Amino acid sequence: MIQVNNLSVCYQAINGSVLALDRVCLDIPSGEIITLIGPSGCGKSTFLYVLAGIQRKYAGIVTIGGLPVSPKTQRVGMILQNYGLLPWKNVRDNALLGVKIKNGQHELDDYSRYILQQLDIDSLLDRYPKELSGGQRQRVAIARAFIMKPDLLLMDEPFSALDAITREEMQELFLKIWKQNSVTTVFVTHSVDEALYLGSKIVVFSSSPGRVLEIIDNPCFQMENLRLQDEYHSMSMRLRKILIKD
Amino acid sequence: MRSRKWRGAVYSLIVVILAWWALSALLARPIVPSPGDVFLNIIAIFAAKMSTHVWYSLGRITAGILLSALVGVPLGFLMGYFTRIDKLLSPLVYFTYPIPKLALLPVVMLLFGLGEVSKLIMIVLIIIFQVIITSRDAVKSIPAETFHSLQSLGASKAQTFTEIIFPASLPEVLTATRLALGTAVSILFFTETFGTEYGMGYFIMDAWMRVNYLDMYAGIVVLSFMGFCIFSAIDAAETYLCAWR
Repeated sequence: MIQVNNLSVCYQAINGSVLALDRVCLDIPSGEIITLIGPSGCGKSTFLYVLAGIQRKYAGIVTIGGLPVSPKTQRVGMILQNYGLLPWKNVRDNALLGVKIKNGQHELDDYSRYILQQLDIDSLLDRYPKELSGGQRQRVAIARAFIMKPDLLLMDEPFSALDAITREEMQELFLKIWKQNSVTTVFVTHSVDEALYLGSKIVVFSSSPGRVLEIIDNPCFQMENLRLQDEYHSMSMRLRKILIKD
Repeated sequence: MRSRKWRGAVYSLIVVILAWWALSALLARPIVPSPGDVFLNIIAIFAAKMSTHVWYSLGRITAGILLSALVGVPLGFLMGYFTRIDKLLSPLVYFTYPIPKLALLPVVMLLFGLGEVSKLIMIVLIIIFQVIITSRDAVKSIPAETFHSLQSLGASKAQTFTEIIFPASLPEVLTATRLALGTAVSILFFTETFGTEYGMGYFIMDAWMRVNYLDMYAGIVVLSFMGFCIFSAIDAAETYLCAWR
């Protein structure tokens, strides 16, 4: 369970301070996947950085499993828009980075091999990121996050740099692996379609400074052939209306 | 790729030798001997008269570069990563960098004598600043996002250094070493003209004093070939260590 109470974040800019998040309150139950949607610059990424322990200056109370945010003790997997791979490490070492730092594990074990296989990148182990396509890089980032068996998965517009076809493939693949693990996940996106497809709950952020406009239970989550269903279209309309009104 | 690189080296060598040969034929004076005579002379005297000098020079230059890297790279990394250390040390570096180090030569010689130590100190004094500044800037140019995945994993400072800072700045550090090498060779020559009877600098100056132009040119050719070998070694290291680029 993640509890966020009155979270505010201020950035220091050249002309004074900028309020990025304004008194955000949000509870995220364990084992759920919530999507965060809002216009760009609304502080969605800042919200993730607070949970990840990267943004340490904030006001309000944030607890993960009842404890304050601490990347050293918590297992947080992060998947970023630019993949977050280290260009000097090959696929194997990039995928193992999480377990290397958390457990000192240097070699592939059965579980990591299984994940790499599921993501279909087990034949690319010796390649460097520059030798991979965008989709392949994102698979490596996903592998890294799942191999470390995280308690919390934070995803910052992970698929937005991919082309439409690869994006839908990756969403499906991600959901498949996620179902096997049911990790608490916060998924930031600016795509209404992605928010509906991946989130059991959808949190809508306002434009800057970021405030929670609405938290919606998503009836479309895990629906078969989602994009052909009426619910998908009515939910999509509803979300768009909230976003436009803001 | 590799053979093409070597072919380029061979072509440029041929051009240099041709120009040299043309110049010597035009002047027809002993001060510019023909390349053929010089190369024959190298073959004749290398084992007996030159090899010791080569080893001395090579030793000094390697020691100078290694010492500068051992001190300069960690210092530059610390300055690049910790803003407070940078604020403290940068003015010091900027203040001392422009001092013409040769002006310090008498001081160094008085303090450390005429021997190897003062030669090493001179080389280090001159190249270490390039190494420090390049290493620092290399660390500073790593984008903040690169650190994010490691931060969210709760990596320690030591892990951040080994996983990100060192590998990310290695290419730039090697470039700095290459730049420093050129300077180091010319400084080496200078320091070897006093207080020693070994080293390529001594060999060349000695040949010049004895008006033995063949030996002098042989020394210059061998010195530049030595530089070429060290440059190639650094290139090879980069190809191997930075294959990810």
